[in-house]
Amino acid sequence: MAEIKDLAGPQSRRRFLAVGGGSAGLAAFLAACGDDSGTTTTTSMGGGAGASETAQFGKGDIGILNYALTLEYLETAFYADVVKSGLFKGADLETIRKFGAEEAEHVQALTQAVKSLGGKPAPEPKTEFPLKSAKSVLELAGTVENLGAAAYLGQAANIQSPEVLASALAIHSVEGRHAAVLNTLLGESITPDGAFAKPADVKTVLKSVEPFIVG
Amino acid sequence: MRNALENPELAAVQIDEDSGDLSRSDVLLKGALAAGAIYGTAMVGPYVRRALAMTGGSDVDILNFALTLEYLESAFYAEAKKRAKPSGELKALVDLIASDEQQHVEALEATIKQLGGKPVAEPKFDFPYSGTAGFLKLAQTFEDTGVSAYNGAAPMIKSKEVLAAAGGIVQVEARHAAAIRLQNKEEPAPEAFDPPLDEKQVLKAVEPFIV
Repeated sequence: MAEIKDLAGPQSRRRFLAVGGGSAGLAAFLAACGDDSGTTTTTSMGGGAGASETAQFGKGDIGILNYALTLEYLETAFYADVVKSGLFKGADLETIRKFGAEEAEHVQALTQAVKSLGGKPAPEPKTEFPLKSAKSVLELAGTVENLGAAAYLGQAANIQSPEVLASALAIHSVEGRHAAVLNTLLGESITPDGAFAKPADVKTVLKSVEPFIVG
Repeated sequence: MRNALENPELAAVQIDEDSGDLSRSDVLLKGALAAGAIYGTAMVGPYVRRALAMTGGSDVDILNFALTLEYLESAFYAEAKKRAKPSGELKALVDLIASDEQQHVEALEATIKQLGGKPVAEPKFDFPYSGTAGFLKLAQTFEDTGVSAYNGAAPMIKSKEVLAAAGGIVQVEARHAAAIRLQNKEEPAPEAFDPPLDEKQVLKAVEPFIV
């Protein structure tokens, strides 16, 4: 199983997990995502035979897309908050705006994709991010982007439709680009996993974003 | 060595209806309409063509296609260490990328063998550039092309394990691409969706460097 420390280094992990509060918000949020109660009995986070890691977000590709949509909502909200915070200006602010705009495009594309498959797009979570200093915000951005890239990588092989897979891959590599830029700004390796990027499973990803979902 | 790139199986634009392999070609056609909803209807045509262009290829074919690109990148960076004379921060970046590309070559060769295939021979390359600026410009082209090549080919991969491995490589290529673009003072992530390229487009892009 992938761990956050594999994605961004142990220090980043501690920083990441130290911020934010409880899990009640996420639990309520996830409950709202479930498409029917019948799926919960077969949902095992461990991913047993036939069980889908993303079943709580919907069946099959819809569940994977809604999982991705939830993460993209988070990223979009994060960058919007960062822009408003006034902590950045000049070239860094432009980079943040650009990344935020791209995440918003991902939200749109994923929403449309879920609808095209006959699914109901996951609701936008209510989020809250600690925006104390430019440095801590960049660190959080780096962690979020590295995690986002790993989340897509973790689901790629589970996607059934080649078209959905093509779309997910087109987004996945952009998340990888974002992550490399933030790692560069932070003075960290652009490829923290080495020559082969590591995936993150759903449980790990959700646990990591939990502190930022407030309802 | 040109033959490796002009592999007729890779270039074939056909669907093998009698192969009994329902896993991809059928799904690709049936799923074509869904692409319209994701990218807009204007994107459906190119996607279907790209899908059809690759359905003749086995996983070994696709991996050999990827291996050819990795040979190119690996040779390019290994040579650049001496020829482009990078220093400081750029030297560290070139060393890192050279090592990553060499590891990709080795991993792809091993995977092809595991699947019972034969890795294509390494072509001889010639890279027409001069100086650090020329190197960086070509590096950006190769990295962006690599990302788009993997993204275009990956949906045709049949094995989940091979797909996951290719995903782990393409993300690293994307990271390289962004870092090289930063060196060039270019937008590191110019588009919200990295465009896929089919194998013909990729081969056209890299053929000038194969001698």
